[in-house]
Amino acid sequence: MSEFPSSAKVVVIGAGIVGNCLVGHLADLGWTDLVLIDKGPLPNPGGSTGHASNFIFPVDHNKEMALLGVQSANQYRDLGMSVDSGGIEVARTQERMDELTRRMTSATAWGVEAKLLTPAEVKELVPFINEEVIMGGFYCPTVSVVDSLETGTVMRKKALDKGALQVFANTEVHDIETEDGPNGLPKVTAVVTSQGRIEAEYVVVACGVWSNMVAQMAGATIPLAPAVHQMADVGPMDVLAETNNEIGYPIVRDMDTFCYERQSSGSMEVGSYGHRPILHRPEEIPSNEEAALSPTEMPFTPDDFDEQMEQAIELMDMLGDAEIKYAINGLLSLTPDAMPCLGETVEVRNLWSAAAVWVKEGPGMAQVVAEWMTYGYPRVIDVHASDIARFYEWERGDEHIWARADEHFNKTYGIVHPSEQWETRRQLQTSPYYSRQEALQAEFFEARGWERPQWYNSNADLIERYGLSERQTEWDNRWWSPITMGEHLNLRENCGLVDLSAFQVYELSGPGAVQFAEYLAVNKVDKPVGSSTYTPWLNADGGFHSDLTMMRTAEDTVRIVTGVFDGGRDSFWIRKHMPEDGSVTFTDLTKTTTTLGVWGPNAPKVVGKLTDHDLSQEGSPYGSLRQVELAGIPCTLFRISYVGDTGWEIYTSWDNGPALWDALMEAGQEHGLRPTGGGVYGSSGRVEKGYRLMGAELESEYNPVEAGLARPKVKAADFIGKEAYLKAREAGPAAKMCTFTVEDNTDSQGRKRFMQGGNEPILTASGERIVDSHGRVSVVTTAAPGPSVGKHLLLGYLPVDLAVVGTDLQVMYMNELFPIKVAAVEGSVFDPEDTRLKS
Amino acid sequence: MTLLVVLEHDRGEMAEASREALTSARDLAAKLDEPLHAVLVGEEAEPLAEEAAKFGAEVVHVASHDLLTDYGPDAWAETVRQLAEELDAVAVMAVGTDRGNEVMAQIAAREDLPFVANCLSVDAGDPWELTRVQWGGSLLEDVTLDADRKLLSIAHHAVVAEPAPEAADGDVEQFEPDLDDEMSVTMVRDRVVLTQGITLSTAPVVVSGGRGVGSADGFAVLDELAELLGGVVGCSRAVTNNGWRPHASQVGQTGTRIAPEIYIATGISGAIQHWVGAMASKKILAINTDPEANMVVKADYAVLADLHKVVPAISEEIRRRRAG
Amino acid sequence: MRILCCVKRVPAPGAKINVSADGQSVETAHLGFTTSPHEECAVEEAIQLAERHDGTVTVLTLGPPEAEEQLRYAASVGAHELVLIPTDGTNWDPQRTALALTKAIVELESGDPFDLVLFGNESADSGGFQVGVRVAHALGRPMVNGIKGIDIEGDQITARRAVDAGFEVYELPRPAVLGVKEGINLPRYPTMKGRLASKKVEMATADVDAEPGGQLMVKLQQPEEQVSKTEILGDSPEAASKVVDLLEELGVL
Repeated sequence: MSEFPSSAKVVVIGAGIVGNCLVGHLADLGWTDLVLIDKGPLPNPGGSTGHASNFIFPVDHNKEMALLGVQSANQYRDLGMSVDSGGIEVARTQERMDELTRRMTSATAWGVEAKLLTPAEVKELVPFINEEVIMGGFYCPTVSVVDSLETGTVMRKKALDKGALQVFANTEVHDIETEDGPNGLPKVTAVVTSQGRIEAEYVVVACGVWSNMVAQMAGATIPLAPAVHQMADVGPMDVLAETNNEIGYPIVRDMDTFCYERQSSGSMEVGSYGHRPILHRPEEIPSNEEAALSPTEMPFTPDDFDEQMEQAIELMDMLGDAEIKYAINGLLSLTPDAMPCLGETVEVRNLWSAAAVWVKEGPGMAQVVAEWMTYGYPRVIDVHASDIARFYEWERGDEHIWARADEHFNKTYGIVHPSEQWETRRQLQTSPYYSRQEALQAEFFEARGWERPQWYNSNADLIERYGLSERQTEWDNRWWSPITMGEHLNLRENCGLVDLSAFQVYELSGPGAVQFAEYLAVNKVDKPVGSSTYTPWLNADGGFHSDLTMMRTAEDTVRIVTGVFDGGRDSFWIRKHMPEDGSVTFTDLTKTTTTLGVWGPNAPKVVGKLTDHDLSQEGSPYGSLRQVELAGIPCTLFRISYVGDTGWEIYTSWDNGPALWDALMEAGQEHGLRPTGGGVYGSSGRVEKGYRLMGAELESEYNPVEAGLARPKVKAADFIGKEAYLKAREAGPAAKMCTFTVEDNTDSQGRKRFMQGGNEPILTASGERIVDSHGRVSVVTTAAPGPSVGKHLLLGYLPVDLAVVGTDLQVMYMNELFPIKVAAVEGSVFDPEDTRLKS
Repeated sequence: MTLLVVLEHDRGEMAEASREALTSARDLAAKLDEPLHAVLVGEEAEPLAEEAAKFGAEVVHVASHDLLTDYGPDAWAETVRQLAEELDAVAVMAVGTDRGNEVMAQIAAREDLPFVANCLSVDAGDPWELTRVQWGGSLLEDVTLDADRKLLSIAHHAVVAEPAPEAADGDVEQFEPDLDDEMSVTMVRDRVVLTQGITLSTAPVVVSGGRGVGSADGFAVLDELAELLGGVVGCSRAVTNNGWRPHASQVGQTGTRIAPEIYIATGISGAIQHWVGAMASKKILAINTDPEANMVVKADYAVLADLHKVVPAISEEIRRRRAG
Repeated sequence: MRILCCVKRVPAPGAKINVSADGQSVETAHLGFTTSPHEECAVEEAIQLAERHDGTVTVLTLGPPEAEEQLRYAASVGAHELVLIPTDGTNWDPQRTALALTKAIVELESGDPFDLVLFGNESADSGGFQVGVRVAHALGRPMVNGIKGIDIEGDQITARRAVDAGFEVYELPRPAVLGVKEGINLPRYPTMKGRLASKKVEMATADVDAEPGGQLMVKLQQPEEQVSKTEILGDSPEAASKVVDLLEELGVL
């Protein structure tokens, strides 16, 4: 063993699948002077990797998880560390059978071979299954079983052999030291361990279930909770032993009992996500010395597993007579939103998180973090939903983590609707109008803790007025109401009032504010006071980091308004890039500023009742800011629209919000003003206009040229990603943003179906997947009804040659194909000339 | 009054434990200011009296009776009990071996007295304070002992046997206990010697291979060494998973738990699963190229080299010495 | 044939056992519990004997209500009847434990003695090496500890006790008491069906108590940490000579 060093470029804490793969990838990317430490012994230091069931089902509805799962499976395969066992998800209920058709759809989207099986076909592959309790199965031949511990060893060795790495096992972290950094962001300086203190430029926390505890040593948070996943190894059974193989039969996931059966040599591992959620605090996890098995193999609590045993025996009778040789309450990591925690922590510069990652996505996520550290952004895939910066402060406390982990645990194998809402920890952030909205029977959707009305049940009369109806299937109708279409049509006919308080409002001020704002944005910000700029922010590679509005509110002040899903990432981006000379001050105005939107042909009349200000296109031009008193309340009128009809975002102080709401509602009474929910604002209104949304249409894999957001000229000032952006303009787009109309949404059973925008694949007329020259697949990025165009609408990218209005294609939904047509390329299907905006 | 020490012997052969018992009893006797007596159960043990004197026994009682020709917990215990009674012994002590503890427990049961097993230290104050081992030595327990006659055993190997600076008189006194024929039921009736049927769980030597062995054929060198040592070959879970050895050879949590005199673990990283099955081994020798491997870190001894070179060299060395 | 097994619920620790702050117990916050290993073998032996001799196995424990877990485990591998002597979970000295067990056994037998009562050689935690002996004496039955083999033929119980060179053989009449040592058998694991069935086995309680004896625990403490350092014998095949020296020293050559 070599001497423990006193300094290193990077200290990676945790030698599980993530830490090991990370040092391997960093070494591949040219990093040297890496140190990997773990408090446990090698090769199994006692974390979750050591007891993982080590199988990868490559199909996931979520794009990040699916692509990184496939990416990881490929890495395991390339290292010779995996075997394709095949895997079958079996259904015991019709609801699950429907879900399996959705799995087929996602398999098609990500190009994973899969097929639906009858019970008899399942039995052919798994002769010991009781086919009478199942209705069918979803078979995926490329489901693989991997050797995660050995993979970790190989990746570690790779870095060692390059001379880029030193490894220290049995080395416990006692503290992570920081020093004050510019703009109030401390910076990591050293790790204090049981072997000594080591100074480090970067520290990566890859400590699995211990990650939050370790990050907190530096004053940062990694919001995850150690949760129990019970697993019992039963055997031996002749039928398994006779395969003479680690795995000779496909893995069976008994989806409706949240349970799996995975052969391991002569035994079967029965694993469960069906027992009561059992969460632990990291401080409660025993040390390697104290643990009877390993720290994360906690004592088995059989009472919690009994029901699963009965279900397992029901599915495979032979399991009942096999001996339970090994059973654990294995710990794994759960986060408040079921996604990993990747990236630099928002609290401490150069302290990185690579946590809440399971074996199935470990190598891919390690690559993401390695690229991120190297290039400033991961190249392999956009990971905005895994970016640790996404969490707001109220999502980082134990109470929130626990409640959400508890709620999510049983959904691991659950059927989760794309619009599924959380039940716990609601009303964390409410707008000033919350009580008024409750009185109007608003249906609230939650967004990162913020409550936002999706529709108002008080508008139920609009169903009759516009002759609307419920959808024909429960699934399509779930988390949806025809009221939202009524609100849409009313807005187009009269006007609507939209609560936008969840907007994240930031202010840059000081002598360097405008120049810095310019550096962040693709489009020119340095315009006269009272002007606004709708602009992408790019990463160094020219892909989207964000897409938002910036306003010149004063000579030395720029206001930034971004969406609630992006606030955490954007504010961290700002603080990270801010000049260190103190010339710019960052202020978060979100909780002091509230925003109401008023749009529709009658919007000028409604607002006009409250002010004498000239509201014409001359007096309040599109894109302009005007300081106006409405009913005596000081407001900023910002003429803009995300729904395609004329109107304003109206900013006022939080305290004045309720009075403004009341004044607008009263003034709107005679003009048909209705409170209008997010179903119109973020969905149908936006999609009819082809407006893009960060995180859906806009991701780091795409650039403004492809998204149709490139302006005719490029500003002179420098900005992040400029060089790449110039190249992208020169190269031209490989794909283009399109709007599609669903030409016939009748399924094989004669029911009208409605795509949800859950990555449904867009296929050619002959049913082929569509992949552009960069390997990016065409899927639905957003779907919404188009009440004003009479068709269901989809957004998505197409390779340039297919991106032609009128092209006939198909979309797959629930494993059925529906004809669609390219209705707009870069533009919109509703009022393409924007006449309504200009009215 | 006396301090009485039960000497352990097997058909006339002194057990090392007895020397330990006398060594620690000398100190206690001095503190108590009581004469140190010892008892040899069975007349064939009489020649051991001299040895007992070397270790400080002032008087050696030799108990003889028809029922004391071989070991039997009832007869032994009753004999010692009667002698202690006759001597009005303050304390009776033995060494915490299987027999020592059994005899002491039998005496305790007969007298309904407490018995403190496996002590490390004895402070004969008021009350007596003793420290004894729990959890096979992983924990210590401080106890007080309140009894007219103190019964205790000293943990085996807790002291190193040393002769007294000056040999004691070791006067031999004959003692004939009054024993009931009933007590013959627990006498040793027969002895069988184990010659065959060594299994993984009972083998004195286990030579195991892990992933580092590389293949089923790679086990040949381990088979050879195990045979030379009269041991058996075991393996880790990775090996059974690869089909190199049958499951019956798997040492570990889900395989067999072993406790040999020495466990030779070659090419085994030492996953917890495996460690749990192997940790009861008296000594562990790891042969592995990776100095960080858990097995190496936890082993008593290690050779940091390729098992395919080291293991044949060991076999060769054994053959050389046996030939020589 | 009726066989009784007396078992003890003990924590299942790792390499290090922590003592609670007051020194009165082992820190069990994150530990599972198990049956003392010798007793797990005793239960297995009882089940095997019962299988061979068409008998029944009763398992008795003295401990906190949670000790039901260990009784259920015994049922899951084949025990027929379960009896708990409930305590408040505090430490009972060996005399008190033995007396309470004896009372419970007398009550259970009500004049019809178990053919064989099995104990573990010693408990994994306190290791007093005496409870079985005391109970046997109180019941007036012969008892031998350290048993690694049992055969029953007619009224004779043949028990083998492991010693250095092999086994001592004892022949006891029924009813008798034996203390069993690990290694006598390889205890089976419960099957899933066994586990599920064990939940339906009735659990009786025996409310008995006894006066404390003369050994009083003051406190538990951790021995001074022994830093186990691996002795490196070499890094090449030349180490073979040292290895063989070691083997000679251990007496396994």
